[in-house]
Amino acid sequence: MSSSSFPEEKFRWGMLLSDTRYRGTSLQVITFIVFVAVFFWLVDNTLKNLALLGKDVSFDFLWIRAGYDINQRLIPYTNDSTHAMAALVGILNTLLCAFVGCIIATILGVFVGILRLSKNWIVAKLMSVYIEGFRNVPVLLWIVMVFALLTEFTPAPKAFKGANPEASMFLFDSIAITNRGTYFPAPVWGEGSIWLLIVFFLSVFAVLTLKRHSTKVKRATGKDLPTFWISILLLVAPVVAVYFFLGKPITLNYPFLKGFNFKEGIHLRNSFIALTLALALYTSAFIAEIVRAGILAISKGQTEAAASLGMRPNKIMNLIILPQALRVIVPPLISNYLNLTKNSSLAIAVGYMDVRGTLGGITLNQTGRELESMLLLMGFYLSVSLLISSVINFYNRSFQIVVR
Amino acid sequence: MANVEYVRDKEIPPAPPPLIEVGVIGWVRQNLFSSWFNSLLTILSLYFIFVCLVDFIPWAWGGHWNTKSLRECLDLDPNVACFSVLAARWEQLLFGLYPAEEYWRPTLTFVLLILSIIPILFSRYFRYFWFSVIYPGLAIWLLWGGSFWSIAIVYIGLILGVGAYFILSSKLIKTTSVSLLAAFIFTLFFFGFLSDFLARFLANVLPISLPFIESLKMGGFTLSLIVGVSGIVASFPIGILLALGRQSNLPLIKMICVGFIEFIRGVPLITLLFVASVLLNYFLPPGTNFDIVLRVVIMVTLFSAAYMAEVIRGGLAGLPLGQHEASASLGLNYWQSQRLIIMPQALKISIPGIVNTFIGLFKDTTLVSIISLRDPVGLASTIRADAKWNGIYWELYIAIGLMFFIVCFGMSQYSQYLERKLKTDN
Repeated sequence: MSSSSFPEEKFRWGMLLSDTRYRGTSLQVITFIVFVAVFFWLVDNTLKNLALLGKDVSFDFLWIRAGYDINQRLIPYTNDSTHAMAALVGILNTLLCAFVGCIIATILGVFVGILRLSKNWIVAKLMSVYIEGFRNVPVLLWIVMVFALLTEFTPAPKAFKGANPEASMFLFDSIAITNRGTYFPAPVWGEGSIWLLIVFFLSVFAVLTLKRHSTKVKRATGKDLPTFWISILLLVAPVVAVYFFLGKPITLNYPFLKGFNFKEGIHLRNSFIALTLALALYTSAFIAEIVRAGILAISKGQTEAAASLGMRPNKIMNLIILPQALRVIVPPLISNYLNLTKNSSLAIAVGYMDVRGTLGGITLNQTGRELESMLLLMGFYLSVSLLISSVINFYNRSFQIVVR
Repeated sequence: MANVEYVRDKEIPPAPPPLIEVGVIGWVRQNLFSSWFNSLLTILSLYFIFVCLVDFIPWAWGGHWNTKSLRECLDLDPNVACFSVLAARWEQLLFGLYPAEEYWRPTLTFVLLILSIIPILFSRYFRYFWFSVIYPGLAIWLLWGGSFWSIAIVYIGLILGVGAYFILSSKLIKTTSVSLLAAFIFTLFFFGFLSDFLARFLANVLPISLPFIESLKMGGFTLSLIVGVSGIVASFPIGILLALGRQSNLPLIKMICVGFIEFIRGVPLITLLFVASVLLNYFLPPGTNFDIVLRVVIMVTLFSAAYMAEVIRGGLAGLPLGQHEASASLGLNYWQSQRLIIMPQALKISIPGIVNTFIGLFKDTTLVSIISLRDPVGLASTIRADAKWNGIYWELYIAIGLMFFIVCFGMSQYSQYLERKLKTDN
C-alpha cells in the first residue's frame, strides 16, 4: 500500500478549535476581537460620560495659572506659575525623596544585612527583629509614625529662646531640630570657590590614576602597593591647602532664631524628612534580606578555595564573594528602588507636595480634569518604572555568567 | 622477659570538656564574646536594648486602661501610656462604623474564616474543603446581609451548571467542548431568566435574611480583612493565568499579558485606587455606580495579580525544560501537563515570593484610607479628631501595627513551614 491511501483531509469548522494547527490562530483571533470590542466599549462609555458632564479631553489646563503655593520646591515657582510648572515641581520633589531615600536605604540595608549574618547571637537577633518589624507593618503606618515622632517629640522653635533655653542646637549651634523641620547651615559659594572645585576634580583624577597604576603593578609583579592612605591624603590635602590659600571662599550660613522661627540656613520640612526616612527604613529591611540572600547564595566552597590559595579574609570578601554576590543582589535591589519611588506617592499622608500631591491632587481638584491628570500621573510613574527596568535588563545582560 | 609492672587494660574515658567550653558559659563565650570586637558588639547591643526598654516598659506596663479622656490620663500620670483609648474605641478599630448590635456578624465571619482556611493550610483536614468553597458566599451574606437566597442562588446556579455538564458529557454528548458550551449556555440562561424569580420564590417560602449593611459602614480591621482576603483569593488564579499567558507562544496573548503586567507594576497602587474611586465611573456605561468596596477589591486584586504573575513566572523559568518535554512525551496536553507536572513544581519553587506578595497585599490595604475609606490607619485620625483623644498617637499606632504584624508575621512563618514540608531534595 502506498502513502496515498491516507484519507483525504477535509476541512471542518470544528477543527478551528480542536486541531492544534489552527487552534492557536483562532484563539488569537477571538482574543483580538474581544480585546478590541472591550477597548471600544470603554472609550465609547468614557466619551458618553464626558459628554453628559459637558467636558472634553484637553490638556490646555496645563498652561493656565496654578494659583496655589508649594512650600517645598527645588526650582523657582510662585502661585502665578502654570499647572505644568507645578507638576514639574512635584516631579522633582518625588525624585528628590526617592533619590535620598534610596541612598539611606542602601546604606542601612547593607549594614543590617551583613550584621544579620554575624556570628554574634545577640546582634543577629536584633537585626532580625529590625527586619521583621519593618517588613510586617504597613509602610503608611511607618510614615505617619515617623511624622508623629518628628512633630510631637521635637521642641518648638521658641524653646530655643532665652538665656536658659529648654532646647539647644546640635554640632556647635549649627543644626536645629524643631517641630517645624530641621535647619542646617547653608554653604555660601564665595569668589574663587570655582578653583576649589577644579582642584577637587584634579585630586579625584589623581586618585584614579594611582589606582590604575597600582593595578598595573599588581598584574605585573603581584605586589600590593599601599594606596588607601595615599588616596585619602591626595583627596584631602590639596583641597584644604587651596581653601586656606584663597582665604576661605566657602562659608556657611548658619540658621539663627529670629522672632518665633529660625531664619537662613537650609530648611528641611518635617514632611520631607518623615516621608524619606520612613520609606528608607521600610525599604532597608527588604534590602537587608536581599543582601543576606546574596551573600548566602555564594557557596562555601568559594570561600574555602580562596582561603586555600592563601587569600586574607578581606581580600576574599572583595575579590571573590562580593563580585559574585552582586550578580544576585543588584536586580532585586533596583526593583526595590522602584518600589520606594512608587511608595513615595504616599506623601499625601504627611502633606509633602510630590507629583501625586500637585498634579494628581490640587491641580486635579482645581481644574476638574481627572482623566487627563491621572493619565499624565500614570505616564510619569510608568516611564520611571520602564526606565529602571531597562537598567535592570542592561545589567543582567552585561553581568550574567558567560557560558563557554 | 621484662617484668611489666603496670599495663592499663582499659581505655581511659575521655575527660569532660573544660567547663568554660560547654553549657551556658561555653555558649556565651562562643556566641557573644569570641573576640574583642564581638564583645564590643555584644555590649553595645545590650546597651541599645536597655536604652530602648528602660523607658518603654514602665510606660507600657503602668498604662491607664479605664479613663474617660486623654486629659484624665495626663492628670493621673503623664509619663505612662493611655491605653484607655483602645478600651473606649476598640470596637471602632475592629469593626468601623458597623452597627453595634450586629457585631456578632463580622466576628462570626472571622471565626468561620479561620475554620475555612484550615483545610487549605493543613492537608490533614482537606476532606473539609467543601466548607472553604461555600465560605465566600456565606461571608458575603453575613457581612452585607440581605436575603440569604440572593447569595445561595449563585451557588445553586453553579451547581446546576456543573451537574448539567456531567450529565451531558456522560450520557448525551460525547464531545467535551460541545457539552461544556451547552452547560455554559444553560447556566447563562438560568442566571438570565430563572434566578431572580427563583430567589424571590425561595425567599417567600423560607424567609431567611439579615438587615442590610451598606459598604461605607464597613471599616477597621474588618475592612482590611475583607479587602485583603478577597484580594488574595482572587489574585492567585488570575496571577497563574497571567504568568501562563506571558509564557505563551501565541504572540497576541503574550503581548496583552505583558502589557497588563508591566502597566500595573509600573504605577503605584494609590493611583489605581484613585482610578477606582474617581475614574471608574467614566469607563462604565452612564448611570452605573457599583459598590466602592467591590471597586477597591477589584483594583487591589488586579494589582497583586500582576505581581503574582511575575513571581510565578520566576518559578516557571526555574523549571528545567526537560519537564515540559517529558510531560509532552507522555502524551499530556497543555492543560494536563500544566496541572499535573509544571504548576505543582513551579508553585513550590515560588512559595516564598507568593507569600511575600500576599503579605504586601495585606499591608497595602491600609492605602484605602487615602481614598477616605475607614481602615485602621484612617480610623486613627478619626479617633484623634475627637476632642477627648486629641493628641494621642503611640497607643493607637502600636495597637494597629501589632494587628498587622501578627497577621503578616504569621503568614511568613507559615510559608517557611510549607517550604520545609514540601522540601524533597536533601
